[in-house]
Amino acid sequence: MNWLATVDPLFDHGVTFAVLVIVVIKMLVGLGLLMGSVIVMIWFERKAISDMQSRIGPQRWGPFGLLQTLADGLKLILKEDLIPSEADRTVFKLAPFLVLVPAIITFGLVPVGGEMTIAGHKVLLQVANPPMGILLLLAMSGISVYGVMLAGWSSGSKYPLLSSVRASAQMISYEAALGMTIVTVVLVTGSLSIHNIVTSQSHGIWHWNLIRLGIVPFVVFVIAITAELNRPPFDVVEAESELVGGFHTEYSSFRFAIFFLAEYMNTITMSAIIVTLFLGGPAGWAPNVAHLKWLFPIAWFLIKTVGFAFCYVWFRASLPRFRYDQLMDLGWKRLIPLSLGWMLIVAGFLVAKGWGFMMAAVVLVSYSVLTRAFSLGQSREVGADSVLPIVGGRPLPGEVLRSKTDEESD
Amino acid sequence: MIGAAYSIPSVLVFVTSAMLILVGAIGVISVKNPVHAALCLIMTLFGVAVAFVAQSADFLAAVQIIVYAGAIVVLFLFVIMFLGVDRREHIHFEPLVGQRAFAAVGVAITVGGLIALMARSHWVSGASSVTTKLSSGGGNVKELGTAVFTTYLFAFEATAALLIIAVVGAVLLARRESATQGEESA
Repeated sequence: MNWLATVDPLFDHGVTFAVLVIVVIKMLVGLGLLMGSVIVMIWFERKAISDMQSRIGPQRWGPFGLLQTLADGLKLILKEDLIPSEADRTVFKLAPFLVLVPAIITFGLVPVGGEMTIAGHKVLLQVANPPMGILLLLAMSGISVYGVMLAGWSSGSKYPLLSSVRASAQMISYEAALGMTIVTVVLVTGSLSIHNIVTSQSHGIWHWNLIRLGIVPFVVFVIAITAELNRPPFDVVEAESELVGGFHTEYSSFRFAIFFLAEYMNTITMSAIIVTLFLGGPAGWAPNVAHLKWLFPIAWFLIKTVGFAFCYVWFRASLPRFRYDQLMDLGWKRLIPLSLGWMLIVAGFLVAKGWGFMMAAVVLVSYSVLTRAFSLGQSREVGADSVLPIVGGRPLPGEVLRSKTDEESD
Repeated sequence: MIGAAYSIPSVLVFVTSAMLILVGAIGVISVKNPVHAALCLIMTLFGVAVAFVAQSADFLAAVQIIVYAGAIVVLFLFVIMFLGVDRREHIHFEPLVGQRAFAAVGVAITVGGLIALMARSHWVSGASSVTTKLSSGGGNVKELGTAVFTTYLFAFEATAALLIIAVVGAVLLARRESATQGEESA
């Protein structure tokens, strides 16, 4: 059991009964925290958006309408649970859980605070700290694609299927940029464990990855993770003007509640992940107060995470939705080359300054080649000598569109 | 005698992962609906990942999930959804003449080879790593990285080049075909 101690100081003295109890308590507290924060997050989003739109928002249930989410949840659970007759019943029932489980596991990887000592055991305020933590994060974001994809497919309905195809294409596209920016973080940390990523940033604000890596990976990561979340402005998956309601159109009652829950869980978790990877997680100024020293990291973590959660709400209230082809262009033609080039530059500077500048030069040259290639491709695609058929969501000329729809209706 | 080398937890983990792998694998070939088959394939991949973790190959396990379950099977499902092959197909139709006979011969050769291998080698050694032991400090990633970027650098780069060529070739073929189609219809 020796290798366990390298992962988590909790296992320094082997696995005893007390350690098991602490682990179970950590899991329960983590789950409770996540559920509680979802309720607050939904209330917060509704209140903040209604403020931005000069409305009042929820106000009836509890102080400031705080219990509105509970009432809505109760209402959803009491509603009739419908399964469409065309649906693939097994997969239809399975899909919500394929979204929920990765959401919960990902939150378990986030360090909420520093260390605490409970009954002589050093406890990390993090549900689990696996040695490949950051890879587990990527794996979970890969798995959550299935929930969305299968939910749409198994509904046996047209619009949910379109939505799920969009969703999976979008999530796979942005996962590449996401992975590349995570690689820069891992390069500068020298470890895949999330605890190590946080501790390497704990020596003040100049050691935060946000500044240490240059701002670029942070920006790319925030954009990519917003697309992974299918949140505005990247919510083509749930574009209600085009797709009724998105992949969960056919879902009702408790199963719909699970999708809703998972969506907000992911929003909170991803805010927390941004804070963990780029803003030092729980790092921050802590006065030397006896017995309360553990409280300050948690407070810092909460402040930073709430800041990003607010940003998501703000995006939703203020940004218009991307068109589908713009979304794909941004992912493949901008974010992936940008994150790849930046990764090479960071790797070069980690070896030596000379290598860094050389890499920067190489990346600049290849960017100019790439820009030329893009403009060439653009002219072939829509220009006079176009050889390619129109792909994706490009608006067709009126008469072409009419002839196509007329054909289908015959 | 073999049983003495294993502790109960490791046996439990092995049995669980083996069950996942086997049930998934049987599901892939026996289930009629292609989407269900893809789901069974994911189950097998998870079983393999569990087996990797049990062998303390954490990195491989994570990569297994990210690459195979997270990307490749998603692409399978993508194709199934786009092409609409989730309808019932006529199993009696043979696209290649005599493919059933060839398949039977192939299965016989594979099974025979496996049996011959099993008879000649010691499969159950009782050790979790049969070659060299992982050094305690660096861990999985360091060992793999050193191996890939020093000893097996040439093979690694060759694989990378092969994959790039395959991707570029696939794009080129797909594009050319659609361009000629456009000319025909125009």
